Amino acid sequence: MTSNKSKNTGKASASKTPSPEKRTAATKAVTSGGKKKAASPKAQRPKENKRVSERSPEFSKAARTEVLEHNKTYVKDPVNASLSKEDKIHLYREMIRIRRFEERTLRVYQQGKVGGFLHLYIGQEAIAVACASIMEANDHVITAYRDHGIGLAVGMSMNECMAELQGKFTGCSKGKGGSMHYFAPDKRYWGGHGIVAGQTPLGLGLAFALKYQEVKGCCVCMLGEGAVNQGVFHESLNLASLWRIPVVYLIENNGYSMGTSQARSSAGAILAQRAEAYEMGWDHGNGNSIYEVRAKLAKAMKDARDNQRPSIVEFMTYRYRGHSMSDPDKSYRTKEEIENYKKNKDPITLFEVTLREEGILDDEAIKSIHADATAEAERSAQFADMSPFPPPEELMTDIYWESDHPKQRQSKGTLFFETL
Amino acid sequence: MRQLTYRQALNEALDEEIARDPNVVLIGEEVGQFDGAYKVTEGLLKKWGPKRVMDAPISEAGFIGMGVGASMLGVRPVMELMFWSFSYVAFDQIINNAANVRYMSGGQINCPIVIRGPANGGTAVGATHSHTPENFIANTPGLKVVCPATAYDAKGLLKSAIRDNDPVCFMENTILYNDKWDVPEEEYLIPIGKADIKREGSAISLIAHGRAVITCLQAAEILAKEHGVEAEVLDLRSIRPLDEEAILETVRKTNRVVLVEENKPFCGVDAQIASLIQDKAFDYLDAPIKRVSAIDAPQIYSMPLEKIQLPDARRVVNKALEIL
Repeated sequence: MTSNKSKNTGKASASKTPSPEKRTAATKAVTSGGKKKAASPKAQRPKENKRVSERSPEFSKAARTEVLEHNKTYVKDPVNASLSKEDKIHLYREMIRIRRFEERTLRVYQQGKVGGFLHLYIGQEAIAVACASIMEANDHVITAYRDHGIGLAVGMSMNECMAELQGKFTGCSKGKGGSMHYFAPDKRYWGGHGIVAGQTPLGLGLAFALKYQEVKGCCVCMLGEGAVNQGVFHESLNLASLWRIPVVYLIENNGYSMGTSQARSSAGAILAQRAEAYEMGWDHGNGNSIYEVRAKLAKAMKDARDNQRPSIVEFMTYRYRGHSMSDPDKSYRTKEEIENYKKNKDPITLFEVTLREEGILDDEAIKSIHADATAEAERSAQFADMSPFPPPEELMTDIYWESDHPKQRQSKGTLFFETL
Repeated sequence: MRQLTYRQALNEALDEEIARDPNVVLIGEEVGQFDGAYKVTEGLLKKWGPKRVMDAPISEAGFIGMGVGASMLGVRPVMELMFWSFSYVAFDQIINNAANVRYMSGGQINCPIVIRGPANGGTAVGATHSHTPENFIANTPGLKVVCPATAYDAKGLLKSAIRDNDPVCFMENTILYNDKWDVPEEEYLIPIGKADIKREGSAISLIAHGRAVITCLQAAEILAKEHGVEAEVLDLRSIRPLDEEAILETVRKTNRVVLVEENKPFCGVDAQIASLIQDKAFDYLDAPIKRVSAIDAPQIYSMPLEKIQLPDARRVVNKALEIL
């Protein structure tokens, strides 16, 4: 590997916290974006201002029965049957950590400390946690811009992730990447990519490298369902199948590409089925059931690793929040739809019901996991607050490998035409 | 010394680098069985087999992006574009991914990829196949741009590009592929970013890159024979990094400069170089900086008109005479 890990060691300093810019975009968008109709004043209220908790305590009875029935199929799958009690608690804890982190980032955003965009992973936690939990030593993962969940799941710290959002030097990319561009190559996580489907040939390339260097492994390339209509995704599928490259395309189908529903953007019902055009395998499942995601994804990854057979696996899920922060979330889906997901399909509640039934979690354990995650997220916000911004010189580093390694530089001449 | 064509020199560079480093892999349209659309990769599939020389479908965004991803894990892909004109369908992969991934990851990643192929007009293939995107590419921090004019330079620079740990965009020229030049048998490298004086002179500097260098050499002969003027020809060889010192030195020596490129003029490479000269060598100039570039229209198909569109020696001579 030629990747050079040059992590900063910038220390948090309490001395300079920037005065937060006045940010009103989030609340403004909520109040101005909604259509004028006879909505209750309550619906118009910008609810971002209060502390949020997406966990719905009253999971409906019918939903509960359905979950337990559903799990009977997947709990017996070898990849789940081998899970210890601790493993299961770990999975649950990771999902809670992601949710608490995301809820905390929302508040940080509202305080005006986060730049541009913030795409929250709330509602989709089972997929990232499942994926990270079945990655083997030579497996890699890459994703699009809704990238916080998988980042935490592969082991990035809340501190570096939260600091990155605030553009701080202690962030995972020293504040140079931002919300959409988290990277942790040391954890075989290759980002965080802002352009829809732009990561799909990169994931192919990572898997190609494994095959070329004769390393047994695979690359999971995550994408949203909105990415399936980009040409480069189809080019990647063709190459993957043609050259038998060990890549698994994991579609996280949350139903909406920004504000456009799947029905209004994509021909055909099951997107993964497009694999058939390329003679690739495909599967489809419930992305809110961590057991199911683990079972189906593990199978696809094994096929990639063992047989060099790429595939597409699509999981249906849902995001509770808007596409990004400026999404008023009123024009393209109903409040009832969102509530239904929270109440009947929430991946965390679903797993909680499961683990209670299995006798693994009780009230006390759950309470303590939630408290720990909340405290960890809180600490990360404090860490980010206290961290320094990168010094101006950082504008000019990490551009060329050669300019970062002047002693090993082989080329001559001017690389930069306007410097500090 | 033996002579090789520009094409053979590139072929030899690829062959030697494949032999040297098992991570070097050639990927592109028609590079294998077809022996290369312009025969640059001729014989390499036969010699090295399909693992090292891979034919890609017509899918530039897909395979260039794949190369970028593979380079992040230490493979050193040398991607052939049949024409740099086709890079436009892969621009997201080149600009957003190859160039930016290092920065956005805070220096955790580098992409040792080479993207190479011809970038020129002058062959009557119409506007879609005649682009010269060195200015677009060089506008992006994170990318390097190399434009060799001779066989000797092409070989030495391509070998350096393949060993470079950053993404290098290597722009050749189909009209130069058959030109023969002295190329030594023994191995050599030419550092990227070092300009080369192709002809010494004291009266005026002609600064160019790519095939425009050849045009300048022809112009210099005419200036000498018909006007008794000895022009210096400086070949930039690479656009980014740029050998600023060599540019300033020749200007300080001759005090007059004509910048020549086959690119279109507006926001072209020479606009940057003109800015550099007036900024750092203003007091040495005895005349305004002059430019000769392609006539500012989409590349025309009609053969005699395309000849007029691209800079030729006569235009360079006339421009030089304006300031002599």
